[in-house]
Amino acid sequence: MNRPVLEIRGVHKHFGDNRVLNGIDLDVGDGEVVVLIGGSGSGKSTLLRCINLLEVVTDGEIRLDGEEITDPRIDADAVRRRIGVVFQAYNLFPHMTALRNVALAPRVVGGLSKAEADKRASELLARVGLGEKAGDYPDRLSGGQQQRTAIARAIANSPRLLLLDEVTSALDPELVGEVLDLIGELKDTGMTIVMATHEMSFARRVADRICFLDGGVIAEAGPPDQVLGQPDSPRLRQFLSRVVSH
Amino acid sequence: MTVSAPAEAPLLLSDKEQWRRAYRRQRARRSTVVATISTLVFAAVVWFGVTHTPGWNDARATFFSWNSIRHDTPDIARGMLLNLKILAIGEVCILALGMLVATLRTSTSAVLAPLRIFGGVYVDFFRGCPLIILLYLFGVGIPSLQLSWLPKSATVWGTVAIILCYSSYVAEVFRAGLQSVHPSQRAAARSLGLTHQQALRIVVVPQAIRSVLPPLLNDFVALQKDVGLISIVGGATDAIQQATIDNSLTFNFTPYVIAAVLFILLAIPSGRIADAVSARANRRQRAGAVV
Repeated sequence: MNRPVLEIRGVHKHFGDNRVLNGIDLDVGDGEVVVLIGGSGSGKSTLLRCINLLEVVTDGEIRLDGEEITDPRIDADAVRRRIGVVFQAYNLFPHMTALRNVALAPRVVGGLSKAEADKRASELLARVGLGEKAGDYPDRLSGGQQQRTAIARAIANSPRLLLLDEVTSALDPELVGEVLDLIGELKDTGMTIVMATHEMSFARRVADRICFLDGGVIAEAGPPDQVLGQPDSPRLRQFLSRVVSH
Repeated sequence: MTVSAPAEAPLLLSDKEQWRRAYRRQRARRSTVVATISTLVFAAVVWFGVTHTPGWNDARATFFSWNSIRHDTPDIARGMLLNLKILAIGEVCILALGMLVATLRTSTSAVLAPLRIFGGVYVDFFRGCPLIILLYLFGVGIPSLQLSWLPKSATVWGTVAIILCYSSYVAEVFRAGLQSVHPSQRAAARSLGLTHQQALRIVVVPQAIRSVLPPLLNDFVALQKDVGLISIVGGATDAIQQATIDNSLTFNFTPYVIAAVLFILLAIPSGRIADAVSARANRRQRAGAVV
């Protein structure tokens, strides 16, 4: 079996007395889509931020392609270049057009010339269905368009791993579909994805594996039909009934 | 269902609406008339009050002498050119120095701790010290050291004093701007693999500058008149120094009024630009960006 892209071993993250993560173990294989579910405060976002080194783990280790990225001697910028992130609130740069947003990393980090970076950005925007909007500033775009731009930005440097942190939570219900469709397409291209979401029907459709986070550990994990269809624990059953009823 | 009326169908107003509109028109007319009358009465009272003071004739000769206006204006305008030069050079240095100090003060890296402390002391000292004392310390004090490798011009050192004072204010404005950029912007930039410096330069600083443009322009307008304080260190002749010279020859204060009018004329366009920039920033914010 090939080495997993991402290996997480015994990861803890405490903020003072607040123990958000209490020993997470998770392997993510090449091209696999792992969906994290769980109530708010269950540690989904914190885990994603730890993987991207926006947070320093309290204990445990994380490996990306076998390289330990929790080693304090590592070049964090170099690790982040290999990981794409999309945030719940898009976090586009408001003073740049959609094209500039997407072209920024290929030019500044990837070392492409301005013309090459712009060409790549145009292609990516066309791919996410926003070829017409390249010259628009983020405040001229709808939420769904902003989030698709953010996804284009995150994949512009061909990351090894894509992290999606509740990317549809800030969107109007009618705009959720266009973003989820795009993520489905990314999966089809073989992108390795770890995502936190509340979209259970989407999780069922696109996930290879679903992990239920509760109390800072992965309480249940497995294929979507098993986790969502025949949940073992009362906690997960309770969570699912709450999420579905909304 | 909405059924749209034919485009050219005339809108027939009800009697009630016609009465309401007539009433509003009448009220608007009345407001205009009242405002005009009260302004005229106010102006007349002020004019009458000032011109009927016992010393009005002397005051008019001292502050509004036609002779002095004709004779002194060209020299004072020439002096104003020096103020403009100091303003131009000063503002460039102030912006650069202010941004430098602000980035030092907002840095978080351990290596930069001494610079962070330096930035704090810099702001405390130069913002706390009265400008007029800074002008004496630098404009008179440094040339008096008689160091051959330093410039001796009081104007140069006076300009330095103004730059140091204003850059400490501008540094705090920039610092507020840097802190107003949401941390998620930095997180997004770092997630793309940008280094700390790149994130600062490409993502944070441009947004910070945008958000503090109105207060920056306000400081610029304040600087426009404070460059006149350079006159107290002697040396080259600026507009106010020239006015002092003219005044000492004739004991007439009209030259100061001329200088004041020139400074005010200079401030008006900057003030309007500042207003326009603020208005635009407000409009942009209300346009409702999510980020």
